[in-house]
Amino acid sequence: MREPRFHEVEGRSLAYWGLAALLAAIVAAGLTAAYFMEHIGHIITGMTNQIVWGVPHVVAVFLIVSASGVLNVASIASVFGKAPYKLLARLSALLAIALLIGGLSILVLDLGHPDRLIVAMTHYNFTSIFAWNIFLYLGFIAVSAAYLLVMMERRLNSYSRPVGMVAFLWRLVLTTGTGSIFGFLVSREAYDEAILAPLFVAMSFSFGLAIFIIVLMAAYRWTQRPLGGAILERLRNLLGVFAAGVLYFLLVYHVTKLYEAKHRGFEYFILGTGGIYTLLFWIGAIFLGGMVPIFLFYLARYRHSRAAIGAGALAIILGGLALIYDTIIGAQAYPLTIFPGMQVSSSFYDGVVNAYTPSLPECALGLGGVALTLLIVVSAVRLFRILPENLADIAFDLDPHEIGATPNRGALWAPADGR
Amino acid sequence: MTRRKAKRELDAGRRRFLGMAAIASFALAPGVRLIGSAQSSSPASARANSKVRWGLLIDTNKCSETCQACVSACASYNGWKNEGRPTDPQWIRKVAIRDSETGLARTLPVLCQHCAEPACVEVCPTGASFRRADGIVLVDRHICIGCRYCMMACPFKARSFVHQNLTDQRPQAPRGIGTVEGCTMCVPRIDAGKVPACVEACAREGRGAMTFGDLNDRNSAIRRNIAAYSTTRFRADLDLDPSVQYQGL
Repeated sequence: MREPRFHEVEGRSLAYWGLAALLAAIVAAGLTAAYFMEHIGHIITGMTNQIVWGVPHVVAVFLIVSASGVLNVASIASVFGKAPYKLLARLSALLAIALLIGGLSILVLDLGHPDRLIVAMTHYNFTSIFAWNIFLYLGFIAVSAAYLLVMMERRLNSYSRPVGMVAFLWRLVLTTGTGSIFGFLVSREAYDEAILAPLFVAMSFSFGLAIFIIVLMAAYRWTQRPLGGAILERLRNLLGVFAAGVLYFLLVYHVTKLYEAKHRGFEYFILGTGGIYTLLFWIGAIFLGGMVPIFLFYLARYRHSRAAIGAGALAIILGGLALIYDTIIGAQAYPLTIFPGMQVSSSFYDGVVNAYTPSLPECALGLGGVALTLLIVVSAVRLFRILPENLADIAFDLDPHEIGATPNRGALWAPADGR
Repeated sequence: MTRRKAKRELDAGRRRFLGMAAIASFALAPGVRLIGSAQSSSPASARANSKVRWGLLIDTNKCSETCQACVSACASYNGWKNEGRPTDPQWIRKVAIRDSETGLARTLPVLCQHCAEPACVEVCPTGASFRRADGIVLVDRHICIGCRYCMMACPFKARSFVHQNLTDQRPQAPRGIGTVEGCTMCVPRIDAGKVPACVEACAREGRGAMTFGDLNDRNSAIRRNIAAYSTTRFRADLDLDPSVQYQGL
């Protein structure tokens, strides 16, 4: 493979500054929402004493899970020795850091007391998986930053493999920890399952790669740099397998729950009578998040369509958000079973499906975290040599004809000049 | 001569420094003393006795459907208010249950069950949720960051989050926006040798459905009743070993 040349994006165009300004404005809206949530209280959100975690947690968990998954692209290069992916490794590590910072920012700003962040950093209860996750998240940022450094600094390149290995293992532990935040909760019908940890790992593989592909395609289209079809199609094939993996773990999770009589009520709720949660499960998680991308990725008709790759990745992101919404909010909407077999009522909404309507401030906070992630990426690719100048198939020494890819020409997402 | 002069200046400098240090010590000493006293007196931990395990036995046969005495007493003593909104706190609530097959119906108060293996304490990232030596589960509101993970973990929905600024707080039950709270078993009353407000109100205005006492004391009324009658612990399948038990279910 030729020596790759990485270069900062020029970032002088009106479109670049417009994008940066738009993202900064959304970040500012998120910060404003957080300010009001802290000073007026969570009364301005849709969260209640029944639905205690809402949209901010959905977006935060999505970003954090994706952060660990997006690093896989770099791991494929340095841990599994697939040289072509080296060109994508820097963007992979950058996205991992940016996604985690975006997700953590939302989580911290949603706390009842964000001002007590120092308390969270100095008081640890080691029986809490949440406390362990604080270590895992901060460590992940440090490991990913070190990984990025050894990849970017020529004198340190030889450390890429060991540091990459540490990063890969760390990310597996991190997602296991994030899944266990829910898996360790014995009280709720939806949780208390060890399979949530591998389900979250599978979700991270899928969502992370989907985000990577979207960012890669957008970056190369907007910067008018060449992006070959062969590497995109390799990523697409991988993403299809990951999306199928999520479906597999979801299937096992729900079949297990259905098998246990005590959990059938919850299953009937999510799969059949849960209104918005049922819709989100079937239309969002299963159809958009699983079936649509798998069809788009593997139907011969769309085999060489970049639009199909982009649309499939986008569907996975939307389906992923729906799945996490169901996992976090649907699980709380379903009433706690304190008195099995009894009809229950109280002034504290015992025995009823809990209502939840997201409010503008909490949506702004969630979007602010997404915008912060993208703002970090947009800034970093201008400041540092993250993106290779050329990702045409020839840069990878990939023969597009071997795998049937059409190199740029005829690709639906290719720049107009055919590069 | 020059060396002697320099030494004199050095000595003068030392004296000035020592003088200022002495003044500073006098100024700071009372503050340090106050902090020391505050730490050493730490009322909650100092008075909790690990030989005691406080508990409640609730006889649902005596709990009247219309009676809200325990709820009102708790709200009044601890200063919380339920105005019917889903964001309002409820440290204790009356729950109506009905067996759809047999028609058996009961009402009973549900509150923090003060578990021996509390899920809220296990999951709290900062250790703000803690169990006192005498079994009372509390929240240290100074280090509660308001993550609500304890609320996700509690199987009894016994905790509330303070969603807005508070007024009219009770000195014996300080609360705070952005923190989680729940039944404290009226710990200041217990430390003063009294029974919780709900138990007192139930005896005064209700039918005396609540018995409070030391679960470790074989001679206590609660222990004798638990030994004599069949009692129920909610979510016994979770092995959390609650200190609140119910009779007549």
